[in-house]
Amino acid sequence: MTELAADPKLDKLSASDHAEGMSYLETLPRRLVTLYMPLGIILVVLLFPFYWMTLTAIKPDEQLLDLEKFNPFWTTAPTLKHIVKLLFESPYPEWLGNTMLVAVVATTLSIIASVLAAYAIVRLRFWGATWVGGAIFLAYLVPPSILFIPLSSVVFQYGLFDTPFALILTYPTILIPFSTWLLMGYFKAIPYELEECALIDGASRWQILTRIIVPLAVPGLISAFIFCFTLCWNEFIYALTFISSTQNKTVPVAIVNEFVDGDIYRWGSLMAGALCGSLPLVVLYAFFVEHYVAAMTGAVKE
Amino acid sequence: MTDIALKAATVPDARTSAWATLAANRNWLGLWFMLPAAAFLILFLAYPLALGVWISFTDARIGQSGAFIGVENYEWLSDDSVFWLSVFNTLLYTSVASVIKFAIGLYLALLLNENMPFKALLRAIVLIPFIVPTVLSAIAFWWLFDAQFSIISWSLRHLGLISGNIDFLGNTWNARWSVIFANIWRGIPFVAITLLAGLQTVPPSLYEAATIDGANRWQIFRHITYPMLTPIIAVVMTFSVLFTFTDFQLIWVLTKGGPVNATQLMATLSYQRAIVAGHLGEGAAISSAMIPFLLGAILISWFGLQRRKWQQGESND
Repeated sequence: MTELAADPKLDKLSASDHAEGMSYLETLPRRLVTLYMPLGIILVVLLFPFYWMTLTAIKPDEQLLDLEKFNPFWTTAPTLKHIVKLLFESPYPEWLGNTMLVAVVATTLSIIASVLAAYAIVRLRFWGATWVGGAIFLAYLVPPSILFIPLSSVVFQYGLFDTPFALILTYPTILIPFSTWLLMGYFKAIPYELEECALIDGASRWQILTRIIVPLAVPGLISAFIFCFTLCWNEFIYALTFISSTQNKTVPVAIVNEFVDGDIYRWGSLMAGALCGSLPLVVLYAFFVEHYVAAMTGAVKE
Repeated sequence: MTDIALKAATVPDARTSAWATLAANRNWLGLWFMLPAAAFLILFLAYPLALGVWISFTDARIGQSGAFIGVENYEWLSDDSVFWLSVFNTLLYTSVASVIKFAIGLYLALLLNENMPFKALLRAIVLIPFIVPTVLSAIAFWWLFDAQFSIISWSLRHLGLISGNIDFLGNTWNARWSVIFANIWRGIPFVAITLLAGLQTVPPSLYEAATIDGANRWQIFRHITYPMLTPIIAVVMTFSVLFTFTDFQLIWVLTKGGPVNATQLMATLSYQRAIVAGHLGEGAAISSAMIPFLLGAILISWFGLQRRKWQQGESND
């Protein structure tokens, strides 16, 4: 039994994702009912809001509000009016810029801090490292909704209120616990022998980290970066509380606060705004699906 | 093993200065390596967490630091029917949404684990609701739930199922179910994809053996898939419960807690009391009141997880 499991060829075969497995036991009609139909329904429900968002963004105004004369599920005269208006006649590009700036800087700071922390916890094994690791996991579980009130007074005291720094310095509290935990997993997988060889050759800990550990953990770094970037883009409550002036807002807050005037909802531009705010993330995701999934599942698995 | 290497480096030597000894001391190095992360987490996480509890015992308002007033804020809240309504709403929102997210998420994970064409593409697509910022998809839901122009009402009307438009967000229970639906929609991909990752670690040989022994689909699920998945289920559900319990954005975009506090969660109520109305102390008391619930959720899953690990004969590392 153990010999069978140890055989690398067999092991590879059974673990392979493309193995037909036992699905040949099932007939097509059965699979249609038990697999494709429920899957199809769930997918339609999951994707419909995005279809609707896109469709609304490119529909002319008169078709938007008249559901009887025009078929609401399609549009015959797509227009880029809403999107053009959004990009050239509103401060939207500025908000995109703010969001991008905050996300990139906060993510970079967090990754640097996390690489150092994760290395220290996993490899330096200093006194109390296990406890620090546990504390970092607990920090991951502290939600922003119970921190924003005291943080707002901290931000005010430090004189950061209504500046991008208010977000750049507070977002790492969400990102560092997550990425440290993720990177600890990747660092653990790097063989000790490499480090020992380097130590014997006289390398310092800093050299080991920058020349051996970091290059070997690049996939982990990419995963952490993408996931943190998405978290920053998604963050709402801090941005809503700490930023007051229109030109400093991030996309999610600006859309909610600036695009809704009175009772006449500008659905076309609202949806265009939501679409343009989502697209950068979806494109990024499309390029790094594997890393993204690794980040999400990796942090949970540990 | 690193010990040997380190000892070699610290053996007193004519050239070994105090600095070199220090540079090889792992506690000293560890301190410096931990410094950036610790600085962020202490200044902007641990300190505010403690400060929040302190503020909840003061009468602080925006722009003025308050004086200590003991448990007055909590006494005030215990008589406040809106607060208790928000507790009820939060518990309802969390329990219903988490259970359904878990059920559909697990089902979706099992479906995606089947062998079929375009498997990778389908898995990638499923995660999209999780990628898109919550606020932006919530805006799409706001439009879908519009009282006058909702496409859902329109479709149901044209199918002849209802006669008038549904007022999704204007009526107490409709509003509750609508925000719960939006939360489920947003949460399913996370549950499904993480459980799928767990499913892929279950060795296929177990399924083959069970099939040969004549087990049916339910028995296979109950006695192989489910026990193998429990550790990851515990973690995923802790996260799911935690984030649902403290949800803010979705409610803020869709209803702002309305109609008449019907969808007011503890997080939105604390924002309204602290930031909108300016009573920081009271808001802080509401968010501090969330801490026991969160600790409870963490402890339950933590002990659940420990027990499962022990049952499976794994070491608790």
